Order: sequence, then C-alpha cells, then structure tokens
Amino acid sequence: MLAAAGRSSIDDLFAQIPGSVRLARPLAMPDGVSEMELAADLRDLARRNRSADDLVCFAGGGAYDHYVPSVVWALAGRSELYTSYTPYQPELSQGVLQILFEYQSMVCELTGLEVSNASLYDGATALVEAVHMTIGRGRSRVLVSRGVDPRAVQALRTAGRGTGYEPESFEGEPQVSDDVAAVVVQHPNVYGVLEPVRERFDAAHAGGATAIQIFDPLSLGVLASPGELGADIAVGEGQGLGNHLSYGGPYLGIIAGRMADVRKLPGRIVGETVDVDGRTGYVLTLQAREQHIRRDKANSNICTNQTLMAIAAAVYLAWLGPEGLAELGGQCLSKAAYAAQALTKIPGVSLLSGEPFFKEFTLRLPRSAVEVIDAMVERGFLAGVAMPQAGDDVLVVALTERRSRDEIDGYVVAMEEVLAS
Amino acid sequence: MNEGAPIRTQGPPASSGTIMERSSPGRRASAFAPLDVPAVTVPAGHERALAPELPQVAEIDLVRHYTMLSQQNYGVDTGPYPLGSCTMKYNPKVAETVAAFPGFQRAHPLQPDTTVQGTLEMLWRLERALCEITGMARATMQPPAGACGEMAGLLMMRAFHSDHDASRARGGHARRKVLIPDAAHGTNPASVRLAGFEVVSVPSDDRGLVDVEALGELVDDQVAGLMLTNPNTLGLFEERIEEITGLLHSVGGLVYYDGANLNAIMGKARPGDMGFDIVHINTHKTFATPHGGGGPGAGPVGVTERLVDYLPAPILARDDDGTLRWDRDREKSIGRLHGFHGNVGVLVRAYAYVFGHGADGLTEVSELAVLNANYLAARLAPAFPLAYPDAPPMHEFVSSVESLKRQTGVRAMDVAKRLIDLGYHPSTVYFPLVVDEAMMIEPTETESKQTLDAMAEAFLRAADEAHTSPELLHDAPVTTPVRRLDEARAARRLKLRWGAMHPPD
Repeated sequence: MLAAAGRSSIDDLFAQIPGSVRLARPLAMPDGVSEMELAADLRDLARRNRSADDLVCFAGGGAYDHYVPSVVWALAGRSELYTSYTPYQPELSQGVLQILFEYQSMVCELTGLEVSNASLYDGATALVEAVHMTIGRGRSRVLVSRGVDPRAVQALRTAGRGTGYEPESFEGEPQVSDDVAAVVVQHPNVYGVLEPVRERFDAAHAGGATAIQIFDPLSLGVLASPGELGADIAVGEGQGLGNHLSYGGPYLGIIAGRMADVRKLPGRIVGETVDVDGRTGYVLTLQAREQHIRRDKANSNICTNQTLMAIAAAVYLAWLGPEGLAELGGQCLSKAAYAAQALTKIPGVSLLSGEPFFKEFTLRLPRSAVEVIDAMVERGFLAGVAMPQAGDDVLVVALTERRSRDEIDGYVVAMEEVLAS
Repeated sequence: MNEGAPIRTQGPPASSGTIMERSSPGRRASAFAPLDVPAVTVPAGHERALAPELPQVAEIDLVRHYTMLSQQNYGVDTGPYPLGSCTMKYNPKVAETVAAFPGFQRAHPLQPDTTVQGTLEMLWRLERALCEITGMARATMQPPAGACGEMAGLLMMRAFHSDHDASRARGGHARRKVLIPDAAHGTNPASVRLAGFEVVSVPSDDRGLVDVEALGELVDDQVAGLMLTNPNTLGLFEERIEEITGLLHSVGGLVYYDGANLNAIMGKARPGDMGFDIVHINTHKTFATPHGGGGPGAGPVGVTERLVDYLPAPILARDDDGTLRWDRDREKSIGRLHGFHGNVGVLVRAYAYVFGHGADGLTEVSELAVLNANYLAARLAPAFPLAYPDAPPMHEFVSSVESLKRQTGVRAMDVAKRLIDLGYHPSTVYFPLVVDEAMMIEPTETESKQTLDAMAEAFLRAADEAHTSPELLHDAPVTTPVRRLDEARAARRLKLRWGAMHPPD
C-alpha cells in the first residue's frame, strides 16, 4: 500500500509535520487493552456509582426516572440508524429522515404548535436557541420568570455574553416595554408549580414580545399544551421520552413554534417531498437557514444534534399513544399529590407554595436539604434535589409513574427517621 | 462487486405511509401498573382541551414500522462510509455494552458527588488522556457537540482578552476580529458571530495551505484569535504552523484548534506543541462514538494553563483524600453551556475507545488513517485528480470532478449517486466550498485494503461510465427505496409534519 501511494514508510506519511512539532515520545498513557480488560475496568467504575438502579429515585430537576420500555432501544439501537451520519444523502437515509418527520409531527401534536425541528442538544440549550430567534429589530431584553430552572438561566447568561443580552428575572406580572424580545416562563416551573402562565403570555403579547414556554413533554396528556396557553415558542427537555438518565446526557432538546417563524428555527428540519418518479420521500429542508450555507449570518451554529434521542422519543411516543400519555400524566399527578400529603404530615415539613403542582413539588424541611439527601442515600433513596437559591432547607421532590405506593410509604418513613435523628 | 443491491431486501412491500397510517383507534402498546394511590384530577384551569393525535398502535406495529425504516438506512455497520470531514469509522460494540452498565446509565445528574465517584473518575481519567493527546492543561467535558465547544472556546477567548486588555487600559472589547481560513467548516464563522466577534477570512495559497504572508497582513492588535484545523479542511498539514501560531501570539491573539481532524495526528504531534491555546475534540470523529443519524456528539474543550480559569463551570476537582467533586466556585468562568454535565453517556463510549486503544493503538489509528487515505488517493488519481496535488494528503483528500465534468457533463453529485447504485455510501460532495465539484474522501483507518480496492473500483467504474454511458450516472440511484428527491419542492411546498400542508410562498 505504501508503494502504491509513493511513500517509503509509515514515517514518510508524516514527513510534512515539521520535526520541531513532532511528538518524540509515546503518549504518556497506558497501551491498549483487550475488550474483556476494558469492560472489567468500566464495570469497576460503574459499580462505584449509586444510581436510580439501586436507589429509589425521587430526584427530578429536569431529569426524571420515567420508565424506558424495552422496545425503544431495541429499535433506536438498530445499527443502521445508530451508526449513520447526518442524512446528507437522502436516498440512503430515508429511515432516519422519515422517523425525524414523524418525531417533528408528534412534537407538534404534543405542544399544539405548528412546526418543530430534528432536535437540539437539551432543554437548557433549546431555551438559548429559542431566545436567539426573538432578538432583533430593536428588541434585545430577555425577561425570565423566577420559576425557570437556574441551570437554564445560567446557560442563557453564558450565551448572552456573546450575543449581547443579560437575562433579567421577574416575578408575577412581567413589565414588557418595546425593547423586550422575549418573556420566558417555565410551566410546570422549577418548583413543580403551575403558574398562571396565560396571564404572563398575555402581558408578553400586549408588549409585542415573544412568549416562550419551557414545558414538560410528559405533562401534556393532562395539562394544557403550550399552544393552548398562548406560547409562541415552546422548548423542553425530552429526556423523559425514552431516554436514560445517563448522568445528564445525551438528552433531547425539543423546540416548537409557529409556521410564521420557521425560517428563524435553528437546526435540521425534515420535509416531505417526492422523487423523480413521484414517490413520497423525505429530505433535510430550508437548509439556507443553517451554518453550512449562511456561515456567519446563521442564527445558530448547531450542526451535530441529538437525532438518536429524537428517534427514541418518536418510538416512545408511538408506544405511549394518546391514552398512555394521559394515563402516565394522571399517575404522576396522583402519586405526587399522595406523596406531598404524606410528607407534609411530618412535623416541621411544609409545602413551599400553596399553588397546584404536577409531578414535582417543593418542601421546606426543618434541616438542611443537602444533609437530608445524604442521609436518605444511606436509607436507599434519592430524596430529591436541593434548591439553594430558595433556601438551604428547600427540597424538590419528583414522582414518576414508576413510583409505587410502597416506595412512597417507605420514603415517608425514612424521611421521618432522618428528620427525627 | 455488490452491484445494484437495494438497501431494503426483505419483508412485505414498504408502506409509503407514516406510523399514523398504521394507527387504529383504541389500540395501544403501553401499559402501566394499576394506579395504587387515590386518583387526583387536573387542577382547574390547567386541563388540556384537545388531546394530541399520537399513533395508536400495538407493539408489533411499531416494531415492524421502525424495523422497515431502519432497513431504508445506511450506517457504518452496513458498509463503507467515506464521508470526508465526517470521519465515519467503525464504532466498536464494547462501547455500547459499557455505556449500558446500570451505574452509568441510570445515574441521575443531580445526585450527590459522593454517590457518583465512578462516573467522576471516568471523566477525570478521560480528561487527563485528552489533555495528553492534545497537549493541553485542563479540559471541560460539558459541550454536547463540536459547535458548542467552539462557542466555549470563543467565549473563553473573549473573557481572556477582556481581562488582559483591560489591564492595559484598552477597554473591554477592542479585539473584535477572529480570523478563519476560507475553506473552514460553516460552524466556525457561525460560532464567531454568535460569540460577538467579526469574521475575517484568511486566504489559502496555491498548495491549499494558509497563505502565511496574507495572514501577516491581517494580524493586528484588533485580532482576538484564529480558528484552524490541522490537518486543515483540505486534509493537508499546515507545515508553517509554528509561524502561524507565532504571528497570532505576537499581537496577543489566541489560536483555536478545531479538532475535526485530530484523528490524523494522534501520537504524532499535539496541538499544544504547535502553539494552539484552545482545542475542541469531536468524539464521534476521533473516538468513534456512534453518530446516531445526526447526533449525539460530545465536544470536550482543552485549554493551556493561562486559560484554565475561564473554563465553563463546574470543573472537576480532586480533594486530598482522593474524592472527586464538581468545583462550582469559579469566579472567572464563562459559565454553563449545557443543562447538566454534557453528553456523559457519549463520553463513556469515548473512554472505551481511548483506553481500549491506548497510547500504541491511538498512534496506529492515525497511521492507518493516513495510509488508507494516501493509498485510496493514489488509486483514484487517474480519474479523480487531487484538487491540491502539491501537498501530500493526510487522513482525507479532496478530489475534483471538474475535468470529468468538462469532458462528460457528469457532476460530482452524479458520481455520488452512481456510487450508491454500486453499493457504497458516497464521499462528501461540494465541500469544501473553495473547490469546484469537490469530492472529499475519508476512508478512515477501519477499512481494509480489500475494501479500499473494491471502493476504488467502484469510483473508477463510475468515471468510466461517465464517458461510456453517462445516463447511468444522471439517472442514479435506481436501487434505493426512493430515487433523487425534489429538494426545491420540499422547500417551496413546506410539509414538515403529518396532516398539515402549508401553501406555497
């Protein structure tokens, strides 16, 4: 092969690298190992973790222990899909393209909005992209409800350093002047609470701003959709749609909006068309929006996205169906209500807010939440998520359809013990 | 040769419909344990009015539907995938096994640090390995893809200059320009603008390398930095790299290494030793994490010592007792770029690749990637000459179909479509934009000589046919579930979801 390539040696292949920058030693790391040694190493590391596999998970905060049915990864894990690239050659990629078209359709159905895309990185970065759709024409201020996940606000603050805005937080009614680009409300919010989101969005629209809702896709079998609530753009974390917890990623950034804004939508979009013989097929479309065409004029720099997670979400939503989605929502709602009622009977434990909630609620504890979480791990529970910006004694508890009454009762008993000790 | 093999070969005829066309009212695949607590109704005023129209199918329906669709898709497991710049190498299966260990797969991102020491140790070792491979001091694992890594790097550049230029009483944002070669990937200029800088394009010379003299003219104290891949976007090594990074440093600028082509030089040369200050890595390219039809990726970013304070927060810290924790208290950090810790599930797979191959294996990966590309380039040269023959290619090469087009009217796209009928995924076409009728070919290290020879035969046959029977190329593909698709119609008559057709503009 070297001779055919006109080279004398492997070293000769690298001759154009100047000696002064050549690495004159082997890389300072171990040499390769066999698969069985590698698997043993990683098994050892994995066993050093506790996880929702051995702890009963009441933690949420944007990542939830919803059940992942076997069929999801049996299909999303098919290697024709799994080992393919972005569908630049549509004739060889009708599988991925059609599934993304179906995913986009299901996201539109869920959100009650008109158009979606082939995925973004996660919920927090989807918010950044949504905000970037709204900035311009003299509007550059971004008003963010205090109920928005602080990690999403941090991601927004980071991006704003480049684009030139600083997210401003509001509580209650937003003051929407003619320089406000977007009003962002999370619903259900980071404390689990259902805010009067329609009023916030009415105020946004009265001031000419775009209404952005951060939503929980698994609430939408029972709760009003973003479209019904008056959102112009809806973004959400799609991890719960058939994707594993995986310590925070890979997750799924969902975005949906109005057809009038389709040319501002970031990332890949799949459209239906026909081939030269008139057969229905699918392609990446409206690519003139994207970085590889518009370069420094593009609204977004996204290239690689989370297609595989969108495929898993499409399979999951087809598994769920409309009745399954509604049943799942009802289970979350009922189990959260049951758990909240039982937990607030413990002396010193109260709900932070009297407002209604969906699958997550926030407790004020008589002790530091971080200490309680650590003590609950000892008893076999991931007790929830601390929310230090609301107080050291604040704990957010999440219930999914997976939690049984026995597990909830056990959690309540363990919490009583921890708080009594 | 695998001629004319259709992608889909088995099962009943493909339904042209979506999953909705398999839907039947009242059917469902999902089932839950019966509700064992009192049922609660939705709080008043928050009820959904109109139920979403999701498919109503049994499990067998969705299994058949998505299995059929998977058979209409070509992956690395299906066959060679010489997409230049995308690096579609084989994805070792062990990576899937280890990523599915429950301790990794079911860890919640907000668990106490003390309960995820295995994952933190994995991330720590991976960070050390990536820093050794690239010659950097520390790295963040947070960016979920390369483009997000670019944003991290550029925001660090901005924060660094804002600190340092302010100390020289120059005001915060005097450095507004970021230099990018004209051949660069589109994410580079898009990221530059989103980070608040202006793009200044750097011309290439006749050999396809950075025009260092022209660069010298462009470099001044308004320049924040330069973004560069090396090997560059044409697959050529920038031989004058030290002059290039030296020029930037001489005016106080920083140099960003786009790691798209790092897979060519592992164990041979390190960006840090070339003078780069910031490096991102695309794990799906260099470390074979499966690309999933468009993602997920992961885009770790390494920096030299003087930029460590600006890394996205949190970063890992090891206490005296060996315990790892997230250090959130980072005053100069540019902040958070992802909701949690990045695509950790992808990083487990990258770890498997990096430590499975090790120092010797990673070096061999680069050697074979460059050998394979040079061999294939030589085999194809009679019909598809290199666009830049004066510099030897590294791990990928750009050929031009320009002369074939002049002789036969056949374009790069036609060659690509004919390759599909001959059983191969085509190379990248029409990229980089600076080459007319470009075909960018990257065989990767995982293809054997037999595969490369067969692939070369297919390319050469297509070139022959361009002269003898060009209709085979113009009409291609004919073996796929659909033939060439009307992309103009897709953009004009937008149909982006089932059930809704939007009128033409």
